[in-house]
Amino acid sequence: MDEVELRALVPQVLGVLVRRGADFATAEDAVQQALIRATASWAQTPPADPKGWLITVAWRAFIDLARSDASRRDREDEFGSTPPLGAVPDADDTLRLYFLCSHPALSPSSAVALTLRAVGGLTTTQIAQAYLVPEPTMAQRISRAKRAVADAGVGPSGDARTVMRVLYLVFNEGHSGEIDLAAEAIRLTRQLASVIDEPEVDGLLALMLLHHARRRSRTNSDGSIVPLAEQDRDVWDTELIAEGVAIVQQALRRDRLGEYQAQAAIAALHADAHRFDETDWPQIVEWYDELLAITDTPVVRLNRAVAVGEARGADAGLAALAEVDETVPRRDAVAAYLHEKRGQLELASRLYVDAARNAPNMAERNHHTHQAARLNEVLRAKAVDDAAGE
Amino acid sequence: MAKYLLLKHYRGAPAPLHNVPMDQWTTDEFDTHVRFMRDFAKKLEDTGEFVDAQALSPDGVWVRGDGEGKPPVTDGPFAETKDLAAGWMVIDVDSYDRAIELAGELSAAPGAGGKPIYEWLEVRPFMEAPPAFTD
Repeated sequence: MDEVELRALVPQVLGVLVRRGADFATAEDAVQQALIRATASWAQTPPADPKGWLITVAWRAFIDLARSDASRRDREDEFGSTPPLGAVPDADDTLRLYFLCSHPALSPSSAVALTLRAVGGLTTTQIAQAYLVPEPTMAQRISRAKRAVADAGVGPSGDARTVMRVLYLVFNEGHSGEIDLAAEAIRLTRQLASVIDEPEVDGLLALMLLHHARRRSRTNSDGSIVPLAEQDRDVWDTELIAEGVAIVQQALRRDRLGEYQAQAAIAALHADAHRFDETDWPQIVEWYDELLAITDTPVVRLNRAVAVGEARGADAGLAALAEVDETVPRRDAVAAYLHEKRGQLELASRLYVDAARNAPNMAERNHHTHQAARLNEVLRAKAVDDAAGE
Repeated sequence: MAKYLLLKHYRGAPAPLHNVPMDQWTTDEFDTHVRFMRDFAKKLEDTGEFVDAQALSPDGVWVRGDGEGKPPVTDGPFAETKDLAAGWMVIDVDSYDRAIELAGELSAAPGAGGKPIYEWLEVRPFMEAPPAFTD
């Protein structure tokens, strides 16, 4: 059993402990201890029943933690050693944990950290590395999150929507590190989809799969950005694409459209094109219209303007862009692209310079600067030609 | 989450509201200030927002290469007119507003007479990692 399979058991094991009456915070620590012991001893002596082993070891660890906690507070241990298992299915335990970890009392970053640890089974060290913060900081973030969940008591916990938001963030923030957060987000979303009947969760899973499948084509080995039109579609993961397309199609048939399904439908249309010029832009525009009706945000409007530019030409794209808030990130880059299509190279070059200045990350800044330099080369060569022609 | 740099200057920033040079403070006032800075970092660690804090020596020089086989050229110490960074704190917070709130608190570190210095701090967002969702 590899590390990922081991971690897949975490929500069930933690669920059993909580169902037996363990408090969430202590139980979560106990499960982490059991995971560490499993990693240490299973290579030599793998258990016949890994889940049973984890439950037994985690429960003992919990008793120890609870006892020392109880003696600190100078009161009797209130837990027996082997209470009976309730008849609650694993799926309910798992779902309850997801909801707990995306409790509305938590900030997004706290919910992300708690989900990765309590549901994902990652260690604090791994989470700290993934988010580029010191380990004590991440340890505090997680323990505060656990306290906040405990203090909030039995009131309403998170729901499918808040959980999806958390998983979306995990996928989108894809920092590099020992842990592949995108793969982890997919694993957790897949697990969520297996315990809840909600087309939007399927939509989110499909969306992640369809982006993950194309991940390798989006950057060069040096991390620089490859625009969609120039991506090598031969390196796309066709199995993941097939799976993503099947999942979103099935979700859409249930006629309960939501933003993740609409985004997945758009991603599916991109993935479906074997060449850039085979992209079904008119249909992508239609999906952006659907998405706009569900969630009218500047980012959706901006992406729609790109699609309109491809479907109906640069003028139509610029008209759509005029409806987009001036302050939205990446607007200048879209404007530059559309103006270049119209042959306005000087304006496009200036817009790329603006885009580079406001880029939220180095890869985009370098990309836009490169575009501006490319256009300026063209303009210089043209000036030389014009001078020679006179 | 987003990381921000809170940058403190020896000089080059506008004058603080409560502008008394440190060497004019009493030792108690100075110790109180140092304790505040330490407690502030500790508080941010407890809230899960601390990333890094470092101080820079005011000593420094400009350096540039001068061609293959030649030693680098140095120029300095820095001219008195130059902006001079004194140190930084890096925080990892949920919002821009939170970064501003924390910078405001840090700016109010106690100085002469135990009164808040209200010095100017430069707040700079870090470049992020590129997003995974791009369509």
